[in-house]
Amino acid sequence: MKDFATKAKGAAIDIKGVSKHYGRFKALDDVDLQIQPGEFMSFLGPSGSGKTTTLNLIAGFTDLTRGEIRLDERSIGNTPAHKRNIGVVFQHYALFPHMTVAKNVAYPLQQRRVPKPAREAAVRETLAKVQLQDFAHRYPSELSGGQQQRVALARAMVFDPSVLLMDEPLGALDKKLREFLQLEIKRIHRELGSTFVYVTHDQEEALVLSDRIAVFNKGKIEQVGTGMELYTKPRTLFVGQFIGESSVLRGAHVEDGGAAVFTINGTPVRAARPAAGEGAHVILLRPETVSVHGAASDAPEGANRLTGTVTEALYLGSGVKYEVTIPGGTVISARMANAERLLTIGEEATVAWQPQDSILLADDGSAAQM
Amino acid sequence: MSNSNTKPDGAARLGWAGVRRHPLLLVLPALVLLILIMAVPLITIIARSFIDPVPGLGNYSWFFSHKLNLIVLWRTFVISFWVTISCVLVAYPYAFAMSVAGPRLRLILVLCVLVPFWVSGVVRTLAWVIILQDTGVINQFVIWLGFDKLSLIRTQLGVTIGMTQVLLPFMVMPLFAVMRGIDLRLIEAAKSLGSHPVKAFFQVYLPLSLPGVFAGATIVFILALGFYITPLLLGGPSSTMLSTLVQQQVMSLLNWGRGGAMGVILLVATFGFLALASPFMRRKYDISGGSK
Amino acid sequence: MRRILPRILLGTICVLIALWLVAPTLVVVPMSFAEQKSLVFPPSGFSLQWYENFFTNKQWYGSLIVSLKVALIVALLATVLGTLAAIGIERAKGRSAGILRAILITPIIIPGVVMAIGIYAVYLDTRLVGTLTGYVLAHTMLALPFVVIAVGASLSVFDARLETAAASLGASRLSAFFTVTLPLILPGILSGMLFAFVTSFDEVIVSLFITSPQATTLPVRIFASITRDSDPTVAAVGSLTFLATTIIIGAGLLVGTRRGRSK
Repeated sequence: MKDFATKAKGAAIDIKGVSKHYGRFKALDDVDLQIQPGEFMSFLGPSGSGKTTTLNLIAGFTDLTRGEIRLDERSIGNTPAHKRNIGVVFQHYALFPHMTVAKNVAYPLQQRRVPKPAREAAVRETLAKVQLQDFAHRYPSELSGGQQQRVALARAMVFDPSVLLMDEPLGALDKKLREFLQLEIKRIHRELGSTFVYVTHDQEEALVLSDRIAVFNKGKIEQVGTGMELYTKPRTLFVGQFIGESSVLRGAHVEDGGAAVFTINGTPVRAARPAAGEGAHVILLRPETVSVHGAASDAPEGANRLTGTVTEALYLGSGVKYEVTIPGGTVISARMANAERLLTIGEEATVAWQPQDSILLADDGSAAQM
Repeated sequence: MSNSNTKPDGAARLGWAGVRRHPLLLVLPALVLLILIMAVPLITIIARSFIDPVPGLGNYSWFFSHKLNLIVLWRTFVISFWVTISCVLVAYPYAFAMSVAGPRLRLILVLCVLVPFWVSGVVRTLAWVIILQDTGVINQFVIWLGFDKLSLIRTQLGVTIGMTQVLLPFMVMPLFAVMRGIDLRLIEAAKSLGSHPVKAFFQVYLPLSLPGVFAGATIVFILALGFYITPLLLGGPSSTMLSTLVQQQVMSLLNWGRGGAMGVILLVATFGFLALASPFMRRKYDISGGSK
Repeated sequence: MRRILPRILLGTICVLIALWLVAPTLVVVPMSFAEQKSLVFPPSGFSLQWYENFFTNKQWYGSLIVSLKVALIVALLATVLGTLAAIGIERAKGRSAGILRAILITPIIIPGVVMAIGIYAVYLDTRLVGTLTGYVLAHTMLALPFVVIAVGASLSVFDARLETAAASLGASRLSAFFTVTLPLILPGILSGMLFAFVTSFDEVIVSLFITSPQATTLPVRIFASITRDSDPTVAAVGSLTFLATTIIIGAGLLVGTRRGRSK
């Protein structure tokens, strides 16, 4: 109750060595993660990667197999879900169909025995925050999907939880509405100051919303960082391919003068640093670092060059997008701010990029996801 | 240390922990009642059929060596069979109409099936007595038309008519449940492919509705086997069914062994038929889900 | 022509069937106003003596009270036991749950007379013959399947994730059950309760065997009256129950459609 007197502040979440096994299947395997107070953290990954499992563990919907979860230094492993004071927004909304919007939003306050006047005031205030004050007496079935989602959001935040968990809350909505609600969620995050944990498989959504992103794959966290870190300095091939567009070059490599040199189609291709560790490595390229030229001589000095055939050429207004297929079938995509002329499909072309733009990664065999 | 996390719940959930782990504990009270009031009585009857008055198979050999018993057993099957057939014939067009009707008409049709269902079974049988008796409504009409009066009451025909009406909802409901799921455009498709409408019905619609027919027919048949009140009130000596014999043996002759043996035979027939018929009913349309 | 004819045919058949379903039951209504003591249709004259007889004859209204008492207790008991069982089965799912469900439904299938002599045998040993407890236990057992089926149907469309949502909003399991689950499966519970009431109120076979002069249920009294003499009081009772059920169903439909409209 006293939580309502003072404005709630976000809580820190500390996940230590957490595992969740279903029989032999390891849904989550020895995961560590620190989430800062008030941070907007997204869990990004393909379905079955363990992101929703982690969310369910924080919420208390499932029991841990091993490890510990702390909320502001307090271990919550043995606290039942209804005593954790964590708000949850579900993808399927989970609104109570037999209650009006106002009653749905009042529900958590009723469970906390908040007196009626305070309850009604809080419901009004929260509905205003999501711009649904005029819908208080409707039933959920009378609302659109976007409105239902905002009711779910209001209901999860009306009791000022220190942590708000969202499980693909916009997954069922169309793109336009999704983009609008993303901005709403961001605004609400700023106003509330609580810690937000947001599960999504949509990397763009994660980039737009989050302070930091944890990329999940096969029950483990591959990398945690800001969107920029993940995009420019992916630590694994999986992360590199999952975030943003990319092309992957595979080939044998040797170390030469403190940098890895690959041989692709007989042409040497350089990175700016040596490969870390043993094993096969790949070069990951971001399209905006790659340029495409009709004549090899137009390519900048000191750049890596590969020749191939243009298989896609799109004029985007703000620039040009190409796909060039090199012998062996590897496709390299490029995006250029402007070009002297638009190359045509089928034309021979040279792709070029600077050695420092070769992102050198260990080959974990993961196929392109997007 | 971290081991404590594997322990189930906090203190608040302790009372429910058992139920949460083993939800079937919730079935226990109902199960206890069923064991005391259903299983124990049935076991008592089965036991008595083998030990009363003397241990052995005497009661069963008595049953199968007396012609009257076998006639009644056979008649029980025959009447149940005809009741089932009449139910199918009556319910099929009716359920079809329900499945194609608009919501309002459908509600009226459902009510017509269910209203008699809600009226005391005994009173309903009384109504049939009034209608079918020698001086009843039908015979008054028949005589008015100038024909000889019909023997309806105390005949198998009367019993069949009465039982069919009582059991009809059990046939209509599963049929309706299946028919509602059949895409009528299939018939249109068949017709557009050159099938004659009647042929299209037999080739497309009928096979699709068969699971409903089997489900309804099974429940009607096994319920008919055990009918007691209707045959008693509408029937006569020529339409006695097995249930009546059971009652006579136990209540009039106080012969628990023989009555029990007949009861066991009725039970075996019921469950035997159910076991035989169940492969023909797809799971989706099981009798329990569709009958009410 | 080809399209209209089948429609007319189907319509006619359905009207005839509906008539055959409903009309026989309506026959008892005019009978209940008969002047003489006979069950010949059509009755002659008009009198309310059979209704009067029903409410003044202690045997008749006494058995009504027994039936009402038993049916009310059965409705409550069967609903509680059946609802708990249905929830348990829904939660557990799996093979053993399916088997338990089948067991709970068997009372519908067991031939009435077999059940009746069995219960009679047990009641003779436990002195339950002709007691209120005896009726209640037997009828509850017979009514259980209907509650299990009705509540089970409601539960199968209930979204269990709503309970998870309630937990995240601060509701204990018990509180979530009473504020979320129960209101949403209430229609199923109520219809199960209605079925249980009617099952008990209508039950005649088992009651016939375990009856006693001290406590006779209404259907047993009706049955005895029909087999003994042509007393039109039976028709009066029939008309009254017909009226009562029509009102109940009508009210139910009204509430149902209004609810359907408000949502």
